[in-house]
Formats: sequence, C-alpha cells, structure tokens
Amino acid sequence: MNTQSNTLPESFGSQGSASAALSKTRPFYWSVRRELWEYRSIYLAPLAIAGVILLGSVFVLVPLPHTMRTLSSLDPSHQREALAQPYDFAAALIMGAAFLVSIFYSLDTLYGERRDRSILFWKSLPVSDLTTVLAKASIPLLVLPIVAFVITVFTQSIMLLLSSVVVLANGLSVTTLWTQLELYQTLLGLLYHLVTVHMLWYAPVYAWLLLVSAWARRMPILWAVLPPLAIVIFEKIALHSSYFVALLEYRVGGGSEAVDSMQGNFPIQPGMHLTPGSFLSSPGLWLGLIVAAAFLAAAARLRRYREPI
Amino acid sequence: MTVIEARGLRKAFGKTIALDGINLHVEEGRILGLIGPNGAGKSTALNAILGLTQYQGELKVLGRDPWTERDQLMRDVCFISDIAVLPRWMRVSQALDYVAGVHPRFDLAKAESFLAKTDISRSSKVRELSKGMVTQLHLALVMAIDARLLVLDEPTLGLDILYRKQFYDSLLNDYFDRNRTIVVTTHQVEDVQHVLTDLMFINRGRIVLDCSMEEFESRYLEVTVHPEHVDEARALNPMHERQALGRSTLLFDVKLTHVDRQKLAALGDVRVPSIADLFVAMLEKNPADKPGGKPQNQPGVAQGVSQ
Repeated sequence: MNTQSNTLPESFGSQGSASAALSKTRPFYWSVRRELWEYRSIYLAPLAIAGVILLGSVFVLVPLPHTMRTLSSLDPSHQREALAQPYDFAAALIMGAAFLVSIFYSLDTLYGERRDRSILFWKSLPVSDLTTVLAKASIPLLVLPIVAFVITVFTQSIMLLLSSVVVLANGLSVTTLWTQLELYQTLLGLLYHLVTVHMLWYAPVYAWLLLVSAWARRMPILWAVLPPLAIVIFEKIALHSSYFVALLEYRVGGGSEAVDSMQGNFPIQPGMHLTPGSFLSSPGLWLGLIVAAAFLAAAARLRRYREPI
Repeated sequence: MTVIEARGLRKAFGKTIALDGINLHVEEGRILGLIGPNGAGKSTALNAILGLTQYQGELKVLGRDPWTERDQLMRDVCFISDIAVLPRWMRVSQALDYVAGVHPRFDLAKAESFLAKTDISRSSKVRELSKGMVTQLHLALVMAIDARLLVLDEPTLGLDILYRKQFYDSLLNDYFDRNRTIVVTTHQVEDVQHVLTDLMFINRGRIVLDCSMEEFESRYLEVTVHPEHVDEARALNPMHERQALGRSTLLFDVKLTHVDRQKLAALGDVRVPSIADLFVAMLEKNPADKPGGKPQNQPGVAQGVSQ
C-alpha cells in the first residue's frame, strides 16, 4: 500500500485525462449535493411558494368562465393581460423566493460551517477550498435559477391544466386561453431573464455575500451591508458625489441591457425584444464577472485561514 | 519511511508563543502520544501537521507541505478532533455517501460493517446520536479510509470509560498495522499507556521528553518504599517523591542516577510508572515549566495559549 500511494501522483497522469477529470468533478458534484442536504430551503422555499400560488389560483378559477365570456369585447393585448396576469405573477413570486433564498444562502453558508464547527470535518477530506467555494457559489448561480425555472414550468402547467378543465366544463373553447397565453414564449422569456439577470448580472452580488460569509466572525448580514453604506456616506460627505450609489443601483437594478427597456423589465411579455447582443457586449456584465471571480477567489483563500468560531 | 518531519516548527498567536521551534520525526508504523497540559501547543502542532494553521519553520507530512497542499494530503491523512465535529444536520447515510463520493480511498462496505457493530441507524441524524455514538460514527468513517497517517486530537473527550476502551480497542485491532501511523493527544493518558509505541511530552511549546515506550519502561522506575528505607531511597537522587496512604513513592530516572533495579527492589515495590506520574514528576521538577503553577516566579510570562 505504501509504495502504491507513493507512485500514485505520477501514475495518475498516464491513466488518461478522463479519470483525472472525474477525480476533479466528483468532489464538486458531492459538495453541491451536500449543500442541498444541508439547505433544504433551496428547493423547499420555491416549492412552498408554488403550493401557495396553486391554492390561490383556485380563486382565479371561479370567475374564469365569466372572464372568458367578456374577453371577446377586449382587444387582443388586453385579452392577454387579463389571462396571463396570474401566470406572470406566479413566475415572479417563485423567482423572488429563489432570489431571497440565494441571498440568505450566500450570506450563511461559509459562516455557518464555522459556527457549527463542522468546517474542520469538511477540511479533513480531500476537497480543496476552491472546490468548496465554487460548489457553494453554484447554488445561487446555477442551482437556484434552474430550480426556479423547473418549479415555474410545473406550476404554470398545472394552472393551465386547471383553467382548461374549468373552461371546458363550462362548455367554452380553450383555444383563446391557449393562444393568448403563449406560455411557451413566457417561459422562454423567463429562462432568458434567469440566465442574464440572476446568473450573470447578479454574480458579483452573490460573490460579495459569499466573501462576507467567509470573512465575518459574527453577523455577516451587517458586514454585507455596512461597508458599502460606509463608502456611500463617506463619498457623500467627503467628495460630495454619489458614484458609488449609482454603481450599486446599476448593479442591483438588474441588467437593463438584457432587454429592450422600452417595455419594462419584468414581467416579460411575449414579443418583448430580447437583446442578448447588447447584453453580452456591455462592459458592466464583464466587469461584474471579473469582480465576482475575484471575490470568489478571495473567499476560497480566506477559507484556508478560517477556524471554527 | 518518514511520515512527519518538522524542523524548528514555530507558531505564535500575537505575543503568545504556542510552538517554540520544535523538531519532530515520526516514522511509519508508530503510535505517538503527544502529552501536555492545556495550552502546551499540542493542538497547534497537530493543526500545523494537518494544514489547518500556518507556521514558521520546516514541516513535511508524507513529503508534502500541509499548508499549501491540504486537499492532496487529506487523501492520505485522516483526523478526528474534539473540535472537528460532524455536522449535526447530516444523516448517517448522507455522511457515508458523501465521504464515499469525495474520498478515493474510502471503503463503504468496510464502514458499514463497522457501523453494523453499533446501535447507529443509517437514517438517524447526527444530532440525534449520543456523543459516544457520534465518535463511533466518525471512527467508522475514518477507519474505512485507507490512510497512512491518522491524527487524533482529544478523540475521546467527554466519553465514558466503555466507549473509550472500545475506541482504542477497535483502533488497535481493526485499523492499525505496520504501514499506518497514528499521532494522538489526550488528557486521559491511562487509556493510551499500553497503546503507544512512542511518547512525547510537550510543555510551553517545547518538547520536554521524546522517547519510545521501550525506553520509557526501562528508563523510569517507581518504587513504593518501605518506611524504614525512605532516607536510603531519597539519597539515591529520585526525580520525584509523592505521598499516598502514608507511604512514599519515589520515581527514578535510572539512566541519569545509575541505580539499578535490584537495588531499588531492596527498598520496596518497583514498577514502571504511569505516564501521568512521570508527566507530573517532570513538570514539578521544574515548577517554572508548569503552566499556572507559580506565576509569581515568572512575571510577565503568558500562562498557556489561548486557542
């Protein structure tokens, strides 16, 4: 066993890159899984919201036949508005829940493992600090947008199914309902919004929260908010300017380059002009991603020095 | 094959010196006990070996630098520490799956067979287990890893005597072999006296004793002296004397005082001292070395280390 393990690092390369890649991705995969075990709110919170929405949608179902009958008197854009409103509302709520979970998760995760003293157990295993931090970052950047999207698809499908049953039971045609809703397009718009705004544009926000989470000895929420606030106040008093506020507003306000802002940002309307070109070419996106990468690298570095608190 | 090699290992927390340039050399197949009072620097030394804390000086564990190569090193090194607790939210089955997922040398079947001998159910959460069971679980996880160095930092703290005995029994019977090395720190020295192959006393960041257990057993002798021989025994220059039930027990460094066993046997009952008795003798011999002992002798010197 002795000589075996001595020669392992050398012989590793000759076994081909497949096994080397596998040995790199396995710790990452299991690190993400363990985050899902620990923070079950990642999927439970959006699911709970979806449940509430489905319960609430029953109250929309009751007057639905009446709405459908009066619909023909409205012009097509108002028809859509009347029908699609609950669906947009559902999507916005689920996404909002996922966003909130993202924020609280990012703020807690690297702090929590030190507070409950489990950090030394995690460190006793062959998983690097960088892998750990990247696995944790993937929760708000990847897992939660996907969770939000999948749950929205299911919720809207069930809503549409229930609506169709009610409409059919009242002897009406479902054609108007299905053609006006254009659920497919709404979902495409939602996916676009999730990828551009929640994954890419907000990446530095989550990365900042993760960095604070790795750094703070207590009350990470204060450390997340107070330093930016201090900069704002200092700038206002000392320099009589408010560039930093503008920068924060620009970031938190969302990637307005992602869509043609003539139609507003959300809810995403069918026929709304998605402008991936201008989004991908905006310097704000790339600067944000560079800052996010720097924050995550700093968080990984900090974790190496961190002990239980 | 050298497992741990340290030269001039130093670590200070602010003005408090936790490790004052110690040298360590641990060969493969040894069980080293690191014994010392609270704040002597034991945990700091172990943390440096495990890549959990920065240090000055030279340190190589299995040929690697622990601070920069912790994740690589952890393929070959395991540790159980009183402060490295298993996460309370985790289920036993999740702990098994996770370690199996991230550790290339973990044998799931082996861990399950260890767990089968306990009352731990796979669906329990760690928070639902007693402290003894959590240690059993941790030990089952660690023993199923084909590691070369196992570091135990107060592994049995807070456990009752049954769990403690079981712990060291399974360690010796089911885990330890000539290719493995164990470094253990504990205050319950009586538990490990017959487990160790090597002994090291550490105090105030310095190593005050470094010997094998064979050397310990031949070098140090304890004599409970018959009352009529007390003065005769004291003249032989014992390193320590204590009174119990009206009889004096004297501890001799045979190598230093050149007394032989037969001479001591004539004075009373001779036996190998416990590690604890030698430890007390060595620290009391030099009271200034005893943390919290006589602070008036050492004004301005910090007593112990805040972790």
